[in-house]
Amino acid sequence: MTTKIFLQQLTNGISLGSLYGLVAIGYTMVYGILRLINFAHGDLLMVASYTAIYGIAMFTLPWYISFPLAIIVTGFVGIMLDKAAYKPLRDAPRISLLISAIGASFLLENLALVVIGGVPKAFPRPEIFAKVVSIHGVRIQVLTIYTPIITILLLFGLLFIVYRTKAGKAMRAASMDFETTRLMGIDLDRIIAFTFLLGSTMAGAGGIMWALKYPQVNPFMGVIPGLKAFIAAVLGGIGNIVGAVIGGFLLGLAEILLVAFMPEAAQYRDAFAFVILILVLLFRPTGIMGEPIVDKT
Amino acid sequence: MLQVENLHVYYGGIHALKGISLKVEKGQIVTLIGANGAGKTTTLRTIVGLVTPKEGSVIFNGEEIHKLKTHEIIRKGIGISPEGRRVFPNLTVMENLELGAYNRPPSEFQKDLDWVFSLFPRLAERKNQFAGTLSGGEQQMLALGRALMSRPNLVLLDEPSLGLAPLVVEEVFKTIQAINSQGSTILLVEQNAMAALNIAHYGYVLETGRVVLEGAGKELLEDERVRKAYLGE
Ligand SMILES: Nc1ncnc2c1ncn2[C@@H]1O[C@H](COP(=O)(O)OP(=O)(O)OP(=O)(O)O)[C@@H](O)[C@H]1O
Ligand SMILES: [Mg+2]
Repeated sequence: MTTKIFLQQLTNGISLGSLYGLVAIGYTMVYGILRLINFAHGDLLMVASYTAIYGIAMFTLPWYISFPLAIIVTGFVGIMLDKAAYKPLRDAPRISLLISAIGASFLLENLALVVIGGVPKAFPRPEIFAKVVSIHGVRIQVLTIYTPIITILLLFGLLFIVYRTKAGKAMRAASMDFETTRLMGIDLDRIIAFTFLLGSTMAGAGGIMWALKYPQVNPFMGVIPGLKAFIAAVLGGIGNIVGAVIGGFLLGLAEILLVAFMPEAAQYRDAFAFVILILVLLFRPTGIMGEPIVDKT
Repeated sequence: MLQVENLHVYYGGIHALKGISLKVEKGQIVTLIGANGAGKTTTLRTIVGLVTPKEGSVIFNGEEIHKLKTHEIIRKGIGISPEGRRVFPNLTVMENLELGAYNRPPSEFQKDLDWVFSLFPRLAERKNQFAGTLSGGEQQMLALGRALMSRPNLVLLDEPSLGLAPLVVEEVFKTIQAINSQGSTILLVEQNAMAALNIAHYGYVLETGRVVLEGAGKELLEDERVRKAYLGE
């Protein structure tokens, strides 16, 4: 393999990994506060993509309005998801929450299937993302460069909210102890809703970039990236935001490099991701950045 | 200020409170004593809405609060140092105190903080330390200070002396008195009946979910039944 192709693959890996990371943030945030794997989280990619398509196709909005709007809508769908599927179960055993999460995921997917149909829709790709630049002879689509940059910017914004604002402090408190958080006069349900809003907004941004990268949108498009992002979150240390992004980058790189060095194994790349998951769970269940997992009442 | 009337609380089939009534007047220290499992913590938890009573009412400043949510009750002006301290271990001392002041106007923060630090100078020295690394006594001070950061009209304290060295216990009780003399009304739950009754204006003795005895703090200290059951005489 030439250096050129290697560099190209490396950029692809970083770019794909940053998408996993962006989606992984939502898993990790919700896990941090509710100790729940929100299996419906991946489906938010699909929600964002369809919303963006309809914004452009039906309401003839320009992409720079339709995309951000779709991201915001996705954030609010996340809040609704919490209200409908998780909030009624706040005091229920955790297994009920998990079942509800799986149910919510099926509901979103099949609702899209019924309402929109299973035929893949083409995602509109604005010229400014599709352009190809050549750096020292390495040809790269600009989207591939934008993706990690946007991810890092969003990550810093998010870290600012979590570590420097009052609501962020309340979120961190809630991730340790619900009751005492409420005893501080904090409206716990609002803090949880805010957590869903943030995580889902990240998934919305991830969904749009995913659809720009693979511009075929269908009701089940969120399943595989959702699972990969979940693996990234576990790899990085579930509950840890920076860990989620690092886990995403590593998983993306590992996958792309596997494909680059062993092209004959390319068809096993999804299986490869699960092997990583199993290895992490076996040998380092707290992941790269994870702290020991505290059970919460 | 606070009036609890005929409170009945169940945990599943367990009848934990069987008609508790008590009153806290403004400016007082009122104490709630009783053996393990008597229902002291449950009473406090019901006041702040963590537990819903099956029957009875809680009236705070003339307003029924037992149907409100916990955060709404707290915002009416109640601060609590819960059983077992419950500081946020992975947050710093400062962040814990900031959370106590969650609903205070930011302009008041520095003043309130100075006040709490004057009561607990140790907290000022440790303000950037993670709360989980504080000693038990320091954590107790933090839980107290955190409760005070909201400048509550009524402070609920659940066994603030638990697990502390005798000297520190003395200090905690002095601080409670100091806080009270600076205008805070206090409802104090204690195992340490002697110390609690000593500083209390009024006291209630709980036994298996019922108030079995009540009276002025000094009176209860003299009471034979109290001396037998709780002061080990
Ligand atoms: N979550 C719960 N579920 C079931 N029973 C409970 C629960 N919390 C308390 N109880 C029961 O209610 C009764 C009163 O408990 P409570 O914690 O109010 O006692 P306490 O007076 O605070 O005791 P201590 O001095 O040991 O703290 C006890 O019999 C206890 O077992
Ligand atoms: Mg108790």
